[in-house]
Formats: sequence, structure tokens, C-alpha cells
Amino acid sequence: MKSRYPFYIGVAFLVLAGLGLATLRHVEMGIPWLSGDERPVWLVEARVDFQASGEPVLVSLNLPDNPPGFHVLSEQAASPGYGFSIIEDEGDRRGEWSIREASGTQTLYYKAQFVPDPDVRAQPPRKPPQPETIYWEEPQATAANEVLELSAAKSSTPESMTRELIKLIRSSDPDQNTALLMTGSRPVDVLSRLLNHADIPARISEGIMLEDARRRQPLRPFLEIFDGDRWLTFNPQTGEQGLPENVLLWNRNTASLLDVMGGNQSVVSFAMLRQTVPALQLARAEAIDSGLGFLSLYQLPIEEQSMFRMLLLLPLGAMVVAFMRIIVGIRTSGTFMPVLIAVAFLQTSLLPGLVTFISVVTIGLLLRGYLSSLNLLLVSRISTLIILVIFMSTAISIIGYQMGFNTGMTVTFFPMVILAWTIERMSILWEEEGPHEVVVQGAGSLLVAVLAYLLMIAPLARHLTFNFPELHLIVLAIILLMGQYTGYKLSELRRFYPMKAYE
Amino acid sequence: MIRWISPAALNRRGMLNMNRRNVSYIAQYNDRRAYPLVDNKLKTKLVAAEYDVATPKLRQVVSQQHEISHFRERVADLEGFAIKPAKGSGGKGILVITGRDEDRFVKASGASVSLTSLERHLTNILAGLYSLGGTPDVAIVEDLIQCSSTLTDYSFQGVPDIRIVVFRGYPVMAMLRLATRSSDGKANLHQGAIGVGIDIATGQSLNAVQFNRPVTHHPDTGMALEHIHVQDWHTMLVMASRCYEATGLGYMGADLVLDQNAGPTLLELNARPGLAIQMANGKGLLPRLKYIESLKRTHLTPEARVEYAMSVFSHTGTLYTSQKKAPSPRVPA
Repeated sequence: MKSRYPFYIGVAFLVLAGLGLATLRHVEMGIPWLSGDERPVWLVEARVDFQASGEPVLVSLNLPDNPPGFHVLSEQAASPGYGFSIIEDEGDRRGEWSIREASGTQTLYYKAQFVPDPDVRAQPPRKPPQPETIYWEEPQATAANEVLELSAAKSSTPESMTRELIKLIRSSDPDQNTALLMTGSRPVDVLSRLLNHADIPARISEGIMLEDARRRQPLRPFLEIFDGDRWLTFNPQTGEQGLPENVLLWNRNTASLLDVMGGNQSVVSFAMLRQTVPALQLARAEAIDSGLGFLSLYQLPIEEQSMFRMLLLLPLGAMVVAFMRIIVGIRTSGTFMPVLIAVAFLQTSLLPGLVTFISVVTIGLLLRGYLSSLNLLLVSRISTLIILVIFMSTAISIIGYQMGFNTGMTVTFFPMVILAWTIERMSILWEEEGPHEVVVQGAGSLLVAVLAYLLMIAPLARHLTFNFPELHLIVLAIILLMGQYTGYKLSELRRFYPMKAYE
Repeated sequence: MIRWISPAALNRRGMLNMNRRNVSYIAQYNDRRAYPLVDNKLKTKLVAAEYDVATPKLRQVVSQQHEISHFRERVADLEGFAIKPAKGSGGKGILVITGRDEDRFVKASGASVSLTSLERHLTNILAGLYSLGGTPDVAIVEDLIQCSSTLTDYSFQGVPDIRIVVFRGYPVMAMLRLATRSSDGKANLHQGAIGVGIDIATGQSLNAVQFNRPVTHHPDTGMALEHIHVQDWHTMLVMASRCYEATGLGYMGADLVLDQNAGPTLLELNARPGLAIQMANGKGLLPRLKYIESLKRTHLTPEARVEYAMSVFSHTGTLYTSQKKAPSPRVPA
């Protein structure tokens, strides 16, 4: 006997490869194991209002690009009559609307869906940013120096320095120096200037607080400092470090949020909505640019996708047939006829399919009895049967429709050639082995077909086979293992029962 | 009521099951290239003749549709004959004509059929209706077997045949198959024929089953099945054993009949013999197959193999009388 080890190693490899790939894709692309999974998505709408002055208009709005903690699922601009394009310039994304002539109140929209994703982090800048040179006028210069000295004394790192500064600026009882610095400017601006002055690169980013169904939200400033490797975010109001989960940084490291040429009184406001999207749809939308996306079927045209949806169920049916024949030992007419019947059931749904199948085969058997007395050649007899089967299913369709059942229509999905062959085989079986064998094999085929159908119709099976095609490696492994099964079939335990008499 | 036997009990009795037969014996010992030799009765006849194995006399081969029109003239002087598809299996498509009734032909069952329906049958055979996989086939017309008078009474209408399972050239198990009314004169067990286990050593009947249930008497002829003795038993075993050299198939079933005039005659070979032979013998095949598998050197001549099998596989032979586990036997050189 040859060694079976290579075979079992191969099978184990198939199982591991299937499970591994599926898990990897689940983690990497977020394809859910179950079909019902839903994920939150934020739909954020930026609305630009301005008064056009009857000249050519060019509106340029800064768009978020990989904001930390989110990624963009989809984006679109709505603005009748305007041309729109997205321009990328040194990592700076801007949406530009343009029109030859416009006057009066104008409203432009930009909508984007953001998916919370804690894995998204800002790319570290290619070269470390330099602190800006800040010019102070007296007496602010003195005040600034004193404030910085005060906070520097209480801190050791740029981070702690920043926290101390925020505390000083935000204190309810500001001392003289801070009060002087604060006059006429936002605290965040003062902070940024002070930090840059202290040789710590700092900048102001603007973000939106995400809250469900809020409208006309302004952008809020956030302070960012560079600690040598990356930008750290601080809330200038509270001094809190880090970016809260519900803040979407819209505007980072840009000169301006909005530029409008040919208009005035421009305002940007934001509205947002929390949506839930099936996790699967999400994964599908992201599949294209994901690393393992090439393994999925999502990029195929929809038509082919639906074909594969059906095709990828077939291995499950084959597995059921293998199990029923090898382990259980049920006799079927033709090896994979049951799978094909089950596929037809998928199209017609179970009950109408069963009724149609049984009635067409029964009528067919009767007609075949007449055909056999005509003394026809086999090929032409089968061809005649196919035509008769088509007639029968047409008749069933029409009668079903007249009687108010919609099922008649779906009968046409039954593969006619399969039906014709089934009838032919059954009728030979009848002549050769008698009606008992016809009933046994027919019932066996139908039973296996129904089981295969029940497995293939299960939502989980449909979900897994299509979204994790690599799981078919496991099905393959199971079928290979069954091919090695040399034990008794269940039916043989009954068949060999009389052996009990001999010992 | 459904009755079951436990897998452990079957194992104890050494019952060979279908999966194991397919994987461990057929797939391992039967070269696919040899299959056409047994799947095609015409080829079997030719190769059997080379090895001095008698087969029924070939009268006619119908391989083309137009030849069917000459069929009548060519069987004109034959009283009885059998029409078989060359690639048929399980006795499918075999039509036995035993006599004439004016223009009509009388079947073994006594029913008469017209020439037209014989011609249709030939057409069906040519189209591949009975062949494996539905491939086009040829029909062969053979002389009828004249059943030996010693066995006639045991069979209802059909000719009783003897199935011998041959493993690596050794006859390991045998049974006599008797047609019954319910098997329609055919010798297929699953159609209701009776299987009678035959002792390899003596050619004596052991026990009998019909539809997998033990029987003691033939239901139609009423004959007791207890003391049948197959004539020319040794010759039959040697003929079956020779088929190993002829085909090279390690695991096969040889179906022989005892002709009144010609003696033992090979009907057909089967590369996938069924498992019912174990029921007829009341013994599993596995111990015998394993015994042969464990032989370090196999015997070279059919006669030597038959001698050896007769000594080992007798129901009172060394395999069963000595200790439970068969010792690794050494073959004398």
C-alpha cells in the first residue's frame, strides 16, 4: 500500500489554505462571516453658500484626504450647472467647482461617506516640518517669552509643554501675560504662535464633531504639534490629547478651507447623518484597492457575478451527493443528476420544482412507453423526448398561469435535456429492473436533490460561497477525504444484516 | 422494520464493502487499460480463446444498422440463440431466444416476440442503449447454452451460472446463481435470483440467499438447495484462474456456465464483481483477499493457484480452522 501521508498533508494544506485565506480576507477587507452584519457609516455633507456676482466663478474647497480614524467610502458633488473636479496637489485634495457665469445666491454640495476605521493613521510627513518663524511686537514678545518660560519650567517634552500652555491659556483666572496675548485672537491661534515660537512645529487643523442628524455645523479648530515623528492632536478647549473618535479632521495643513473667485459672502457649513450599511457592501466597495481584493469576485461585471453566485454553489451540491452516495449509500439515477435537479429547484423554488419534476417525468414516462413501440433510433428518441418535455413544460406554464399560479414561468428554467435524459434512463430502468428500481432511484435522486437544495438555499451557504470562494478548498478537502473512505456505507449495515446469522 | 448490523460485527465477519472494494481492490489491482477486455464481450471471447477458455460459439456480429436487415437470414437455421450487447453490463440487453413459433421467436420466458421487435432490440444495442456510458455498441449473436442436466432443475427458466471471484489469479470465492420467476430468468441477485455459496474446495453448495435473505428451497422449482454439487468443479476453477493471465485484472469475477455438451464455458468477465457473493457464502471476502495479498510470492500456473486456493479457502480449510489470524504464508518455490 502506498503511503497516505502526502495525501493527508495535501488535504490538511487545502483546509489550512482555505481557512487562512478566508480569515485573512475577513480581517483585511472586513468581509463579514455572516451576511446580516452592519457597519456604521457617516454621511457628511459640506454646503457652500455664496453670492455670485455675474462673473466666471471658481470655488475651491479643501476636501479631507485620509482623515485619521476614517476612510472615504464614496464621494460626490452635487451642483447644477457647475463643472466639478477633484484636484490633488502635494497631498492636498481640493474640490473645484467652476462655471462660466453665475449670479445670485449659489449653493454647492459635496457629500462623502466616511467609515470609522481605527487602523487609518495619518502618514508621517516626508520631511519633518520646521517651526514657523513668529514675529511678536512688544509688549507681546515679553509676555510670550514669560508664558513659555513658565510652562517650560513645568514640562519636559513638547507634549507636556503643550498641555501646560493650554492650561495657562484656558485658565479661568489668566495672569497678565496671557490676558495680553489673548486679546483679540482665538486661543488656538495664540497657542500655535507660542509653540512655533518655542521651536515646536505646530499648526491648526479643523474638524467636525460627528453627531447624528446635525445640520449647519461649523468646523472646530484643533491644535496639532509635531513631536519629531508624527503630528499629535490636542483639543485647545480642554487640553485633551489625542483625537476623539467622533471628530473627523476635515482640514489639515492647508492654507485655506474655501476660496471663492467671482463671489462673496461665502460660507461653508456641514450636515451629517449616521447610516448603517451592510458590512458586505462596504467590503465590496473597498475591495478594489485592498491588497487581497484581487481574490474576490466583486470586480466582475454584475451579470457574471450572479452567474458565479450560482456556480459556486455547485461544489456544495457535489459534496452532498458524495456524502449521500459514499457514506450513506443512497442510489441515485446518474451521478450528478441530483445536483442539476437541485440547481433547477433553486430557480423554481422547492415545491413547484418538485411538482413540476415529478409530473413532467411521469407524463414523460407514459409518452416514452408509446415511443418505444415506434421503433425509433436512440438519438431521435431522445430528441423527440426533449421536444415533448418542452411541450409539457409549456403546457404546465400556461395551465399554471391560468390557474393563478405564478410558478409556471419558472418551469422553463428546468434544464430540458436533463429531464429528457432522466425520462429515458428511468424508462430503461423500468424495462430492465422493474418499477421498484425506478421508484428507489427516483426517490433517491429527489431526496439527494432536496438535501442539496436545502444546503444551497441556506443564506449562510450562499454568503460564504460567494464572498469566500477560497472556502471551496475545504469542500474539496472534504470530498477528497470521502474518496478515501473505505468503511461501510450506512445502507450496507442494513443490506448485510442477514450476515448476523453466520458466526 | 429495518434491521441493522453494527460495523464492528461486519468487520468481525470480514465483510468487504463497496467503498473498500472500489478503493483497495478494484482501483489498486485492476489496470484501466484491461477494462475494454472485460467490458466488451467480443474482446473477452477472443482473448479467452487464446488462453484455452471455452466460450459460447459466436454466430454473428451486428455492428452496422444496415446489417440488421440480414439478421433474419443469418439466424434462419438456428433454433435458439442469444443476442447480447458487446458492452452491456449486469445482464442488460441480453435477449435469449429458445425456439420458433411460426414467424415469431420464443423467448426463454415462453413469451413470443416478432422479428420487428428483435430488430428494434438490435437497433437499441447499436445505439448504445445498454452499453456503459451510452457509447455506440455492437450486438453479438451466440449459440444458446444447453444447461447441464445436473443443474437444470435448480433454475427457473434461465441458465444457472457460476460466479467465481478471482483475486491475483486465485479463485477466492464462488457462488451459483439460479434464476427465479421474480428474476425473469436472469441470474442477477438484485433482481431476485438465488445465490448459492459454493465451497471452493469441493464444489458443494453451502447456503443460499434470495433478496439477501437465507432460503433453503428454490421458490419456483421447490428443489432443496442443500446438496448441490457442481460438476467439473476443478476445471471451472482453472478456467477462471486462467482469465487472470488473459486479462491481467487482479480483482474480477468470472461468470461460467456448465454446458451439457461443451462442459464449463465462460460467459463473461466482470471487473467490478458485486458483494452479494459474501451473503451467499455466509463469509466475508476480506480475510481471503488479505491472505492472498500477504503472499510473498504467488504461484505461477493456474493449476498451482487453484490447488493452493482449494486447500486454503475451503470452508473447513486452513484459513478458518487454524488460529484466527492467518500466519504470513510462505509459498513453496
